[in-house]
This record gives sequence, C-alpha cells and structure tokens, in this order.
Amino acid sequence: MSATLIVFFVLAALAVLGAVNLIVQRHPIHSALSLIVVMVALAGLYLLLGAEFVAAVQIIVYGGAIMVLFTFVIMLLNAGEEEHTNFSKLANIAGIPLAVAIAGFIAATIVHSGQPLPPAAAQGSLTNTKTLSMMIFRDFVYPFELTSFLILVAILGAIVLAQRER
Amino acid sequence: MPILENLWIIPLLPLLGSAINGLLGSKWSKSLVNSVALGSTGISFVCAIEAVREFLGYYEEHHQAFVKQFFDWIVAYNDARFGFDLQIDQLTVVMLLVVTGVGFLIHIYSTGYMAHEEGYYRFFSYLNLFMFFMLILVLAANYVLLFVGWEGVGLCSYLLIGFYFLRKSAADAGKKAFIVNRIGDFGFMLGMFLLFRTFHTLDFTTLFAQAATLPPDAMGQFGTITIACLLLFMGATGKSAQIPLYVWLPDAMEGPTPVSALIHAATMVTAGVYVVARSHVLFTHAPSAMYVVAIIGCATAFFAATIGLVQSDIKKVLAYSTVSQLGYMFLACGVGAFGAGIFHLMTHAFFKALLFLSAGSVIHAVGGNQDMWTMGGLKKKIKITYWCMLFGTIAIAGFFPFAAFFSKDAILFAAFNHEPAGKVLYVVGLLAAVLTSFYMFRLIWLTFYGEARYDEHKVHVHESPFNMTVPLMILAVLALTGGWFALPALFGGKDYFAEFLSPVFGAVTEAGAESAASLEHILSGVAMLAAASGLAVAWRMYNKKVEQGQSTGLHKLLYNKYYVDEAYQAVVVGPLMWLSRNILWKVVDAGIIDGTVNGVAHGASGIGDVVRHTQSGNTRSYAVWVIVGALVIFGIVFWPLLHPTVVGGVR
Amino acid sequence: MVPTSYYLVLSAILFGLGIVAFVFKRNIITIFMSIELMLNAVNLAFVAFSRALGRPDGEVFVLFVIVVAAAEAAVGLGIIILTARNRRSLNVERVDLLKL
Repeated sequence: MSATLIVFFVLAALAVLGAVNLIVQRHPIHSALSLIVVMVALAGLYLLLGAEFVAAVQIIVYGGAIMVLFTFVIMLLNAGEEEHTNFSKLANIAGIPLAVAIAGFIAATIVHSGQPLPPAAAQGSLTNTKTLSMMIFRDFVYPFELTSFLILVAILGAIVLAQRER
Repeated sequence: MPILENLWIIPLLPLLGSAINGLLGSKWSKSLVNSVALGSTGISFVCAIEAVREFLGYYEEHHQAFVKQFFDWIVAYNDARFGFDLQIDQLTVVMLLVVTGVGFLIHIYSTGYMAHEEGYYRFFSYLNLFMFFMLILVLAANYVLLFVGWEGVGLCSYLLIGFYFLRKSAADAGKKAFIVNRIGDFGFMLGMFLLFRTFHTLDFTTLFAQAATLPPDAMGQFGTITIACLLLFMGATGKSAQIPLYVWLPDAMEGPTPVSALIHAATMVTAGVYVVARSHVLFTHAPSAMYVVAIIGCATAFFAATIGLVQSDIKKVLAYSTVSQLGYMFLACGVGAFGAGIFHLMTHAFFKALLFLSAGSVIHAVGGNQDMWTMGGLKKKIKITYWCMLFGTIAIAGFFPFAAFFSKDAILFAAFNHEPAGKVLYVVGLLAAVLTSFYMFRLIWLTFYGEARYDEHKVHVHESPFNMTVPLMILAVLALTGGWFALPALFGGKDYFAEFLSPVFGAVTEAGAESAASLEHILSGVAMLAAASGLAVAWRMYNKKVEQGQSTGLHKLLYNKYYVDEAYQAVVVGPLMWLSRNILWKVVDAGIIDGTVNGVAHGASGIGDVVRHTQSGNTRSYAVWVIVGALVIFGIVFWPLLHPTVVGGVR
Repeated sequence: MVPTSYYLVLSAILFGLGIVAFVFKRNIITIFMSIELMLNAVNLAFVAFSRALGRPDGEVFVLFVIVVAAAEAAVGLGIIILTARNRRSLNVERVDLLKL
C-alpha cells in the first residue's frame, strides 16, 4: 500500500461522495457546493497524475469562474428548494438501471481492453507548462484560435440573452 | 380490281353506319336513320357482289385464293405476325353473299317491325355493328382476326338480345348468351394457342399448307391436331348452339324478331360451321375429332327436335328448329361432306330467316302475342304472311323442289356412306327430319288454321306493311329456288354448288358408279316419305279443334326442355355463385385483400399509438431517451470488446 | 503505483453519477451542474490516458474541454435565466409546451 494509492483512494472517495451529495441535496446551492468539492478532489487527482498545469487551470477556471457563475445565477433566480413533481414515470423506472449500465459498460471496456496500460505515476513531469504551451500555440493553434472565437461568441450571446426587455 | 384491292370497304361501311347512327341518331328522324343504316348495308352488299365478280376473274387467272395484307396488327418476337389480312375464296363468296344479302333484307324488314319501338336508332346502330363484325369474321385470313369478329358478334348478340333492357328476362338472356359463348371461346382460344405453338403461324394459307403435309392422326389417337380441332369445335358448340352449350339460343328469343332472324338463324350461329369448314384441312387430319363433330351434330339435331315438338311459343319452336338444323350442318362436316354442310348453311339462312320474319309478321299482326295456343284461324286474315310461312315450312321439311330437300338429302346421303356407324347417324338424322316436319306443320296448323282462340274484340289482326312483306316474298322465292344449284345432279348432271366449292374442299368425289346414283335416288325418296309422314301426323292431330291439354309425363319432360337449364343451374351455376359469394368475396376480397390493406393502415396507426408516448413533452423522459441512445451507440461500437465480458462473466 | 485502470473506473463511476443526477433532478440548474460533472469525469480519463501513454495531447485536450465548458456554461445559464423568467419556475417538468 503505497502512499500514492492511499491518497488516490482518499481523493476518489471525496469525489464520489461529492457527486452523491449533489444528487441527494434538494437545494441547488448545496449541489453547487458539492460540485466544488468534486472539482477540488479532481484537481488533487490531476496533481497525483503529475498534470500540475491542468490542476491549476481546473481550480482557477472551473472552481473559480464557472462555479461562481453558477452560484450567482442561483442567487439571481432565487432558486428555492426543489419542487416534488413527478411527471415522468419513465425516468423513475429507467434512470438508475441505465446509469449502472453505462457505467458498467465503460468500466468493463476499460478493464478488458487489449494491452494493459502502464501505471500512471508522477515520474517526473513529462509535461510541463512549457511543453503544453508549445503544443497549444504550435500544433493546435487553429483550435486555440477557434476556442477564443467561441468565447467571444459566448460572451455576446450571454449578454444578449440576459438583457432586460426593452 | 378496285374493290378487291380494297376489301376493307365491305366491313367498313356498316361500321360507319353504326357509328353515325349510334352517335348522332338519337336526334334524327326515322327516315334519316333508315337511310344511313340501309344505305351502308346496301352499298356493302353491292360492293360484295362486285368483289365476287372480280374474284371470279382473278381466280380464272391465278387459281388460288385472293389474300391481301393491309397492316400489321401484332408483331411479336420470334417473327410472329398477325395482321389485318382479308381473303376471298369460294367459301368466302358463299358466306359473304349470304351475310350481306340476307342481312340487307332483314334491315329493310326491321324498318317496318321496329317502327314503333323506343331506341330505334340504337337498334340499327347495333345491327350495323353486327354486320361489321360478321363481315370481319368471314373475310379474315387468319384465326386471330376471325376471333376478333367472333367475339364482336358475340358482343352484338348480347346487345341485341338485351335490347329491351328494361325487361329483366331480356337482360338475363343477354348475359346468358354472352357467358355461355365465353365458355366456348375458352376452348377456341386454347385451340388457337395450340395451333400457333405447333405451326408458328395462324394465317390460313400458310397453316393449312403446312398441315396438309403432315400425316393424319389415327382414329382414336389424340394427337396435337386432334386436340386442336376438338378445342376449336368447343368454341363452335358455343357459338353455334350445339350440345352442351346450346342453352342460350332459346332464351335469346327475348330479343326482337329481326335479331332472331339475322343473328340466331342466318348468320352468327353459322359462324361455328364456317370455322369447321374453313379448318377442314385440320379436321380431315383428325378422324376422331370429325367423329365427335358428327356425333354431337347428329345428337343435337335429334335432341332439339324432340324439345321443339311441344313448345307453345312460336319463336321457341323456331329456336329449337335452328339448333336442330345446325346439328345437321355439323353432321355434314363430321362425315366429311363440308360442301354439303355449307350448302345447308345457305339454304337454312334463306328459309330460317323467312320463317322468323314471318313469325315476326304474325306476332305483329296479333299485337305482340307469341303464344300459339292463343292464335288460330289467321289464314284468311294475313294471306301474304301465311303463304310465306308455308313456303318456309315446306322448305324446312325437305319437300322437293324446295331448297332444303337438296341440302338435307346431300347430308343424309354422305352420312349413310360414312364409315364407321354411318347407318346409325343416317337413321337418327332421318328421325330428326320426321320430327322437324311434324313440329313445323304443327306450328302452321296451330297458328293459321282452326278457330280463332283469341279475343276478336281486343286483337285487330292486320297484315304487315309492305316494307315487311316484300323481304318476306324475296326470301320465299329464295327458299324455293335456293337449292336448284344441285338440281341437275339429281338427274345425272353436275352439282354446281359442290363444284363451285371444289377449289376449297377438294374435288367432288365421283360418288361411285351407277349403284351410288340409284342409292341416292332411293334415299331421296325415303327423305320425302319422312317429310310426308310428319305432315300427315300433324294433319291428323291438329286439323280439328284443339286446345292445350295438361302437361304430364313425357310431354312435361319435353316441354321443360329435359330440365337441362335447371341441371346446369344446380351443377354449375349454383356452386359457382356459392364459391364466389362465400369464398372469393367474403374470404378473399373482404377478408384477405381488404384485411391486408386495412391491416397495414391499422398497423401503422397502432405503431403510432405506441410510439407517440415518447413525445411526452417531459424533459426528463427525453433525457432518458438520450441516455438510451448513447448506450446503444456505445454497445454497437464496443461490442467486439465487450462480448467476452457479457458471456464469460466479469473477471 | 496507481494502475491506470483505477482512474478510468473512477471516471466511469463519476460519469454514471452524473447521469443519475441528469435524469433524476428537477431543477434546471442542478441538471446543468450534472453536465459539468460528466465533463469533469471525461477530463479525468483524458489526463489519465495522457499520463499512461506519455503524450501531452490529452492534457491539451483537457484545456480545450475546460474552455468549451466555460463558454457553454455562460450561454446555458443565460438561457436558463430567460426560461425561468418566462415560466416563472425552475422546475424542468413545467417546461412541457411540446407535449403531444
């Protein structure tokens, strides 16, 4: 039982518990906070995998921007506790079995796929910020530009959508 | 040779007359309709005479039949060609003159008989249409065009029998005629198919030339030619009302009397005899088929005569008489005397048309009544009709020197000499002649002699107008003189008629030597005796006050036509109707076909009913469907990796 | 040494939990959050593979995923605000105008 394994299990448990709490909680703000927990746990896992830059981006962007946005919207809309309507019988019956099925299939595929993967360990950073930025700005420069354009469009769209009616 | 090159003009004129009368005649006056109808038929008759004259000149030079191909009708692969080809040879000459001549006389008669009827123009339109089809039939140079005429005359027969279509019995009779004919046509078509398959052509000249080179089938052997001949004969029994398909002819008397005269006496019913005579090359190669023809002809002649003995409707007597005389014609063809058969066809056309038209005159005189038991004593009142009818009766009975004496005599003589069993055929034919004479004279006595059995105050007996009596008189003259072509043969001279037809039927066999000649004289004498005996019995029974008695026993059987119609109804028609109604309609049509179509519709709407529940408007359900879709795609893509897991259990 | 498959199985579990939340929650915002959860699970898988195969491509892709998720969140929340104003409710089952 090496230390990394224990840390892994702790972080994994944290992530799973956060996800379960997201489902269980009735007020959306509690779900949002649970999601933040999940993201922090995932950032820890990225660190364990040696992807520091990605971990940092995860905390800053996901945790710091997106989830803040969610929180603001929840506040703006005065979201209260969830109503307890139940119009869809199908969802109630088929929901869990489907989720189990997908998760199971994915897991089975992974476990039984061809050659076993080498273990993922943080043996020195294979990738550092420099390598990553080289890749982004050199090999993947077109997708990069497109995503910046995408962000612009998103900003404009959000402004237009959320305007008060004139 | 203007007409000969344009033979099509002979059938075309009546067709034009039919079309003009049919399309425009409803607004026209009677005289205009008359002029179109009579004009087209009359000019066609004149053209026919001219065509005959030209043909005789042509034959002098070329010694073969005249065939002209006008246009290709059907051209199929394997070089099968059926064209609109018309031909004339001696046989056609006889048929052509009979059809156009007698047809023209009957058209004139109809202007008087139908003068007070509704649908006057329609009658003449149909009558002209019939002339067109009949002329196509006799002028055709191949079986296919002949069949077009064959079917066409059947159609016109249906239209004309059901002319008084508001009367159910008339409409039913028309249907019966057409349907029974159709059964015969089925055989005819099969015969044509078989002939085409064997000879690869249906043109008369080519086919008969090929057939003549083949060896004949033996007696009792059912080779291809025999079967083809039997099938063609099946068609002939339908069209010419022989056993077993004669049942439509008595019912066909529902039509107006000129129709009975033209179609069911003189021309259409003789089409079957014409086909057998035309195909004589094939028939002579199939002795079994000829034997069948002879037997059926003979049996029909006798059978129909027995039914005619006791009928009370004047037209029904004549109808059964027609069936009987047609039997004689087939008997002649069956024993190989094709020329004699055609001779009898011609003389029969004359005297039977005469008899029917006279009967029509009688019916016209007593105001529409057809029951002989309510006539009587008309002799003094309608003299012309009486004398014409008497001429016709003497002719049909076969008294010398009237027409049928020669033709019937020739037939019976040929039957007598036929091997095997010719004597039996002769005896039955002779008996039928006795019966013929009897029932025809019975008709004369019941109608014209004795006391008037009708109410003299209600019925004003009057003679027919001259446009009806003049054709009667012309036909009476023909009934007397029509057989004189063969007169010299009786005295050792030539039989001109047989000689005229010899290019078609082969040389006139010199009937042996002196013994044959004297045999013929003896048989002629016997025939006269037969006719006289019939007359005597009729005189004895009816030359006194008579009344219709009870119908019992044999009389009842004959009066009800041996219950043949009822038998057909029970055995054929009834089961077919049951089959159609209960199986073909209820099960197949309503159940299977409608069921399938409706079922498809129900299925579609049923599926729709089920599937529509996916469109619930509920977002969470939609979410589930999205997940299901993702699962399916995942399964499809990763199945090769997955199935060891699913099958072998999770490790 | 943590075998790669552990990370991947964790990713699968998180993905499944995201689906459960997606199907069972009624609040629009919560549903949106479940989508983010699913995206995160996928990100984890990418990084794990990137480490296992020794190539940086996976991490680059993760960065792009995060960017796209951000843009999508912005626009999506704008739409949610509008819908909530119109229907005066955040219950996704109330948005059923397309019902047959």
